Amino acid sequence: MITISNLSKSFTLHNQGAAVIPVMENAALSVAPGECLGLVGASGSGKSTLMRMIWGNYLAASGSIMVGDVDVAKAAPREIIALRRGTLGYVSQFLRVVPRVPTVDVVADPLLTLGVPVEEARARASALLAKLNIPERLWALSPTTFSGGEQQRVNIARGFVHPYPALLLDEPTASLDAVNREVVLSLIEGAKARGAAIIGIFHDEAARERLCDRLVDVTGFTPRVAA
Amino acid sequence: MASEYNFAYLDEQTKRMIRRAILKGVAIPGYQVPFASREMPMPYGWGTGGVQVTAACLVPEDRLKVIDQGADDTTNAVSIRRFFQRTAGVAVTEATADATVIQTRHRIPETPLTEGQILVYQVPIPEPLRFLEPRETETRKMHELEDYGLMHVKLYEDIARHGQIATAYDYPVKVEGRYVMDPSPIPKFDNPKLARNPAIQLFGAGREQRIYALPPYAEAVSLDFDDYPFTASKADHQCDLCDASGSYLDEVITDDQGSRMYVCSDTDFCRGRREAGHVGRLGGGEAGQ
Amino acid sequence: MKDLDIWTSMKTQPLLSVQGLSKFYGARIGCDAVSFDLYPGEVLGIVGESGSGKSTLLSCLAGHLAPDTGKVIFDTVDGPRDTVVMGEAERRRLARTDWAYVHQNPRDGLRMGVSAGGNVGERLMAVGARHYGDIRAQAVDWLGRVEIAADRIDDRPSAFSGGMQQRLQIARNLVTGPRLVFMDEPTGGLDVSVQARLLDLLRGLVREMGLSAIIVTHDLAVVRLLADRLMVMKGGYVVEQGLTDQVLDDPQHEYTQLLVSSVLQV
Repeated sequence: MITISNLSKSFTLHNQGAAVIPVMENAALSVAPGECLGLVGASGSGKSTLMRMIWGNYLAASGSIMVGDVDVAKAAPREIIALRRGTLGYVSQFLRVVPRVPTVDVVADPLLTLGVPVEEARARASALLAKLNIPERLWALSPTTFSGGEQQRVNIARGFVHPYPALLLDEPTASLDAVNREVVLSLIEGAKARGAAIIGIFHDEAARERLCDRLVDVTGFTPRVAA
Repeated sequence: MASEYNFAYLDEQTKRMIRRAILKGVAIPGYQVPFASREMPMPYGWGTGGVQVTAACLVPEDRLKVIDQGADDTTNAVSIRRFFQRTAGVAVTEATADATVIQTRHRIPETPLTEGQILVYQVPIPEPLRFLEPRETETRKMHELEDYGLMHVKLYEDIARHGQIATAYDYPVKVEGRYVMDPSPIPKFDNPKLARNPAIQLFGAGREQRIYALPPYAEAVSLDFDDYPFTASKADHQCDLCDASGSYLDEVITDDQGSRMYVCSDTDFCRGRREAGHVGRLGGGEAGQ
Repeated sequence: MKDLDIWTSMKTQPLLSVQGLSKFYGARIGCDAVSFDLYPGEVLGIVGESGSGKSTLLSCLAGHLAPDTGKVIFDTVDGPRDTVVMGEAERRRLARTDWAYVHQNPRDGLRMGVSAGGNVGERLMAVGARHYGDIRAQAVDWLGRVEIAADRIDDRPSAFSGGMQQRLQIARNLVTGPRLVFMDEPTGGLDVSVQARLLDLLRGLVREMGLSAIIVTHDLAVVRLLADRLMVMKGGYVVEQGLTDQVLDDPQHEYTQLLVSSVLQV
C-alpha cells in the first residue's frame, strides 16, 4: 500500500547563509495492507520528517513515495488533496482547526468533504467521540479550549472517522490515560484488521510491541555526509 | 414679433446642433443623447431643456400649447408660451387637438395625441439609474450593457418599505425592449400613454444636457414584478367639475375644515367636457363659464 | 502510465487556466508571467506583502483590470473562453452569474443605501428574476445561511456591524450559485473572533456548493485553514506555489522561508 524507495531530503536554509542540510538519504520501506510498521530512532533522527514526506507537507528531493497509485514525491497538489480525502489518514500531534467550530463538526469534517450527508457524518463522529470518552457536553464546544489529552483524542477521532486504507500515526497514545490508551490501541487494531496499512511513531514501547509487525530504524537513512 | 430676436430665440447653428441630437434620439429610442445645452433666459429647473427642444422644432406655421402639471394657465406655462410668442411669433392655443407642438411639464394631455403632433417634455433628471448609482460613467456602461438589475432593486425597495410599488411618478419604462428610460416626473397614470403613441415624444434636460425621444408608436413598458404588476393609479374619484372618471385628478383643499374637491389636472380636457354639457358634483354654477 | 489514469479519472478540465499573465504600470511591474490552473472545488490562496502584486493579479483575473499579456481561460457553460479578450458585456454576465467578488471592505461590495434584502436580491434581479415573493424568500434563506436574522432583511447595511456586513456581502455574492469566488482579504479588518466565524462559514459554503475560490490575503493562518493550494508572490512574481501545508511547513524559496519564520505560530 505504501512503498518508499530511494528517498532523500535536504533543507536549504536561505536565511542562514543558504546552508544546505541533508537530512535523509536512500530511505526505503514498504507496508502492506493490514500491516503496521513502527518507525524508531533517536529523537531528531528523522521519524517525523519521513512521516511528513509521506503526508506530502515536506517535499522530497528525490526518490518515490507510492501511496496506492499516487507517487506523493511527484504528484500535483490536487492529486495529493484527493489522496488525503479518501485514502491517506494522518493523526498528528497537533490539532489545527478553525476556532469556534464544535468538536463534533471538527470530527465529522473529513466525512463531509467526502460527501457523506451531514446527519450521518455527525452520527459517526458522535459515536467515535463517545467511544473515546469525550463527554457529550463538550461536543458542541470548540476543541481549542480542551486539555492536551482531549485534543489528542479529537485528533484521533478525525483520523479514524473514515476507514482510510493508509494511516499515519504520530504518537497517538502520548498524553493519554490508561483507559483511553486502551481505546486507541483497540481502534488501531481494528484498522489493521480491516486491512489498513499503518505507519506509526510510538514512544510507548508496550504499544509498539502490541501493534507493530515490523520496525524500521530511520537512523539508517541518515546521510553519512551530514557529519 | 420683436425683430431683435432670431426665430425662436436660439441662433440657427444651435438649433441645428439640437436637431441633430433630436434625430439621433429618435433613431435610438430611449437613448440619452448628450447635447450642448445653452444658457436660457430662465433658471434651470424652469424648463430650459424643454424650451431648447421646442425652439429647435418650431416652424413659423406651428401652433404651440404649453402646460404645467396639465394646466395652461399656471405661471410657468404662461411664461414659456409668452416667450415663444415674443421670440418666434407663433400662434398659440390651449386646445390639445389644435396644437402642433405641445411643451409639457409633468403631464401627458388626456386628449389622445395624433400623428404629426410633437410632445416636448421638460426633464429634471434624465438618468433612471441615478437613484442607486451616482457615477455617470457607470450608468452609461450599464445602459450600454443592458445591465438593468438595479432598476428592479429600486422597485424591490419600494415594496419592502411600503408594501407596494410606491413610485407614483417618474416611473421607469423599458423602450422597445432595449433602453430603460425615465419618462420625466409624469404620474404613472400617464405611463400607458407613452406607449405606441402616434405623436413624436421628445425629452429635454437642460441642466443635465441630455435629449432623448420616443418615435411614433414606440413601445414603452413600465417595469414591474410578476406578483406586483404595474397599475396606472389615480385618485379614486370623479372630477367635481366635469364628472370625468378616467382622467388624472388634482386634489384641492377648499377650506380649513378639510373639505376638498377633485378636479382634472388637464384644464383643457375639463373645460371641453363642461362645454359639452358634463357636470360634476360641484360644477353646476360654473358650467358654461 | 498510472499517473495518466488518475489524471483522466479526475475532473481534468480546469475551471480557470491562467497563462503567462502580466500587468505593468508603466515601467513598474504589477505582476509578471503568472501561470496556474484552478480545478473545480479547489481553494487557492495567494499570499505576499503589500505591493507584491497579489491584488493586481486578482483584479486581472476578475476582469477589473486589463492585463498586458496572457490569457485567463474560464470554463464557461459554452466551453473554455479567454475572458481577457471577450467583450465587456459577456464578462459582466460572467461576473454576475458564474463569478463572485468579495471585497476586503464590505462598503465596496454592498449598496449601503439599499436594504439587506435588496442587496442579496440584486444579482437575482440582474439575471432576470421578476417575482418579488421568490426574490424575498431567497434573500431570507441566504441571510439565514450567513447567520443574519430574517427580521433584519429590511435594514440597511449601515446599521450592521463589520462582521455582519461582510457576511451580507458574501450572501449577496453567492445567491446566484457562482462557481468561482474571488476574495480580497475577506477577513481583513475584522476582529479575531469574528474572523473565525467567517472562516467557518466560508469553509462550509465552499464545501456545500463545490465552490472554487481564489483568496488573496497576507494572513498565513487564514490560508492554512481555507486554502488547498498556496501561491507566494513577491515583486510581481510567483516565487513559490504548492500544497498549502507543504509551502508553509517546508518552504523552498528564500522569501517564503522569511515570510513563514516572521509570523507567530500558524
